[in-house]
Amino acid sequence: MSKTIGVLALQGGYQAHLKALDTCGYKTLAVREISDLRNLDGLVLPGGESTTQIKLMKRFGHWSVIDELVRSGCPTLATCAGLILAASHVTQPSQVSFGWLDMDVTRNGWGRQVHSGEGLADLESTRPHFGDDPLKLLFIRAPRIQRVGQRVDVLAMTNGEAVMVRQGALIAASFHPELTDDLRVHRLTFG
Amino acid sequence: METSTFAAKVGLAEMLKGGVIMDVVDAHQARIAEEAGACAVMALERVPAQIRKDGGVARASDPGMIKDIQSTVSIPVMAKCRIGHFMEARILEALEVDFIDESEVLTPADEAFHIEKTDFKVPFVCGCTDLGEALRRIGEGAALLRTKGEAGTGNIVEGVRHLRTLHGHIRRLTQMRPEELMTEAKEIGAPFALVKQVAETGRLPVPNFAAGGIATPADAALCMALGAESVFVGSGIFMSDDPERRAKAIVEATTYWQDPAKLAEISTGLGEAMPGLEIDRLGDSERLSQRGW
Repeated sequence: MSKTIGVLALQGGYQAHLKALDTCGYKTLAVREISDLRNLDGLVLPGGESTTQIKLMKRFGHWSVIDELVRSGCPTLATCAGLILAASHVTQPSQVSFGWLDMDVTRNGWGRQVHSGEGLADLESTRPHFGDDPLKLLFIRAPRIQRVGQRVDVLAMTNGEAVMVRQGALIAASFHPELTDDLRVHRLTFG
Repeated sequence: METSTFAAKVGLAEMLKGGVIMDVVDAHQARIAEEAGACAVMALERVPAQIRKDGGVARASDPGMIKDIQSTVSIPVMAKCRIGHFMEARILEALEVDFIDESEVLTPADEAFHIEKTDFKVPFVCGCTDLGEALRRIGEGAALLRTKGEAGTGNIVEGVRHLRTLHGHIRRLTQMRPEELMTEAKEIGAPFALVKQVAETGRLPVPNFAAGGIATPADAALCMALGAESVFVGSGIFMSDDPERRAKAIVEATTYWQDPAKLAEISTGLGEAMPGLEIDRLGDSERLSQRGW
């Protein structure tokens, strides 16, 4: 039986994640109802506007259910806005977050959309998990990781800055693996 | 890092999916939009309904107003330039707006040519009424499309027509034999490579949102059901009785468009929607959707 991975589909880049997970061979579910969060083998918190996502999650009751699910150890991939939600401390402006990951994050840390772009991860940072094939990075108005706590492992860096981290079963990336043809981040998260 | 690649431009459009982009005329409205859950705002001096009423030439906004909005909200800020007015677009690029809308809502500056959009660092969104127009804009470098509808009317009928025309044509393309595609490209005036790509994939190479005439949560849900991936709401929010509540309701309806019970709850007690206009009563020169080609 293949695993079922839910993608929070309230607002943002959920379609690309659903497609990427489907290509990996997982069963997928676009999560809108609270009941969709039952019986998942994994969860994706996609990019999008974190302010919009927070309002919808609080209004429709996802917030506490997702908090419990991730804290219980459900494998989770949080990208871009998802990483912002996962961080313990968010600035520019400061906003509420789940705080699963001990780290400080600045929203739109590289600036506005004109500063968005593509690159590769530092090879030595990704070699332990991804071998000699460099990891493609696509940043969209990306958050910037300013500080990483001791319990948080850095899985990828670019120019010496952390762009993907892991704590337990939760992986968070400031870039968008779902918008590239490189599906190794999804496979690493969900096995 | 290589910035402003096409993937990075389309990537921002991907992140706006399932959301509402709201027209705002000042920082106060921008804050209301963000509070309501807008995924982006469109900064302009007058909403389309006001532009209709006032008449005259509608131009790009004062940079001071755009900067004011940029410093007020953390969500993406878009702004409009006139069709073909690449200097207005360069000014908006210098302001680092997140998306430029080359928009028929403003008075066209060039009657023959749209802006060549590929060499801008900022992504562009453009209006379309059918597949040929959509693919011409993508050929010029647009990273996002929106069906035009008829802006400033509070009437969804043109928006529905454009969504049905666009998606119906995409479905027909997927049924064509390969040798039919060149003639089809010629007939609709679209780049052959893009026609071929749409025939093969059954979808546009960039996202398509709906715009023009959306005034209620049900209008937004209808557009989503007809294949739009997000909605732009212009006059529909701030020309209504209770902008805060209506803005929030349209955001919720865009997420829960498949759930009629939730839509009923969301649509309850919003006060009066903006006053609507009958399209048949508009003269040809008042039909903004006929601007652009």
